[in-house]
Amino acid sequence: MGLKHTPLFTAHQKLGARLIDFGGWEMPVQYAGIVQEHLAVRQAAGIFDISHMGEVTVNGAAAEAFLNQVLTNDVRKLNPGESQYTLMCNANGGVIDDLYASRLSGEVFLLIINASRIEADVAWLQAQAAQFAGRSDLQLTDASHRYAAVAVQGPRVKEFIDGCIPGAAISAMRTDAVTHLKKNQIGGFAFEGHCVLVSRTGYTGEDGFEIVGTGEAILHVWERVLAAGRPFGIQPCGLGARDTLRTEVCYPLYGHELDEHTTPIEAGLGFFVALDKGEFNGRAALAAQKAGGVKKKLAAFKMSEKSPPPRPHYPVWTDGANRGAVTSGTQSPSLGVGIGLAYVPPAQAKPDTRVDIEIRGRQFGAVVVPKPIYRKA
Amino acid sequence: MSNVPGNLKYTKSHEWVRVEGGTAVVGITDHAQHELTDIVFVELPDAGKKIEAGKACAVVESVKTASDIYSPVSGEILETNRAVVDDPALVNREPYDGGWFFKIKLAKPAELESLLTPEEYKAQIKA
Repeated sequence: MGLKHTPLFTAHQKLGARLIDFGGWEMPVQYAGIVQEHLAVRQAAGIFDISHMGEVTVNGAAAEAFLNQVLTNDVRKLNPGESQYTLMCNANGGVIDDLYASRLSGEVFLLIINASRIEADVAWLQAQAAQFAGRSDLQLTDASHRYAAVAVQGPRVKEFIDGCIPGAAISAMRTDAVTHLKKNQIGGFAFEGHCVLVSRTGYTGEDGFEIVGTGEAILHVWERVLAAGRPFGIQPCGLGARDTLRTEVCYPLYGHELDEHTTPIEAGLGFFVALDKGEFNGRAALAAQKAGGVKKKLAAFKMSEKSPPPRPHYPVWTDGANRGAVTSGTQSPSLGVGIGLAYVPPAQAKPDTRVDIEIRGRQFGAVVVPKPIYRKA
Repeated sequence: MSNVPGNLKYTKSHEWVRVEGGTAVVGITDHAQHELTDIVFVELPDAGKKIEAGKACAVVESVKTASDIYSPVSGEILETNRAVVDDPALVNREPYDGGWFFKIKLAKPAELESLLTPEEYKAQIKA
């Protein structure tokens, strides 16, 4: 059984991408180089293949109530054409996945989930749906194999994206143009005889769009965007740059900052947990943590001396002992210094706290900083 | 197509050696820097340290990975290149010139015989 390929695989090969095994998918880790691609996104534009991610549709009169049961954020807040970041928790408040939920129309929802969690999420959702009181008014479909997707991110994207996907939205948020979508809005646009969903969302900390459609449509979007974006400095970007970009703005990555034994409260994502919306999976545990405190807290840090890059699993020393571990870390291409995220005891999670990161048996000084680590001037 | 200068000797692990009398200058090849991509950190042994051929003695880190550098020859470290510590990207830009790692006093010059010739190294990286 070989590695899975997205519909853009041949395009990656043609561009000379360096390919790696990413959770069973053969994906580009870089093209011209991680630092160059990262800086292109910060300064101009970059396009990422995110077709490996999963899509689940949830429809019916009971869809809203069901989603509010299984997700932490309040989907009642979503008007048609609006999206929200949210988490799916187990009974202990542990995270099964972090994801985006969009309401496309009154009773039609789309979930965008992590590639590494498609099987786990779908199994969980199906099990939850089977017990849900309103299940006869609920249709849940794993549409992951049907859809491809790209992320187009960077400050200059808005200068050329309307030319790639022209015209007004025909569904969800009916704006006059792609660039009229506000942050977290999603619209359906006609594109070369297909319909593509475009949301003003992303995982880089820059302005940008994520575009979902069939493989054929997304391949054409990829080519159109690269061609139109060339004069603006667009670069194809791989998973390496995707990781350095999201680490700089402290976005969590499932399997690193989030897992089934870690809660959104510990991860600093309490903003996306609507404790007051009523009952939902994990509510009691999360309410208890919010009231009584947590044993570990996610902190962002910057190396305060020259050091090798901090990396996941490196021990974190605070108050004379090894009390935590790095969950994500890298040399920041934008800042030129080592940065990362780590779980530490809550008392040491305050900005300005000095910690030490153990790298290959030696300790190097770092300091806890507010999130995000990188912000625009 | 990777650059493999004809006046150097090479190792299977992608280090190069330039012999200057009883001293060897050591660095990593153009092929190696290209594989590593953006080098962000170089850790060199201390001057005076005694190294055995084939043993890890330095570390090169890119954004995604840390790689051990193995000494091609045995001897004492005479000098290390401060420039690559201060500007790791120099290794990417000038792997054979400004991007050298350390100079080592040859304890067993006969070891040079078992290093790869430029042709042997070219063949290895083509494979």
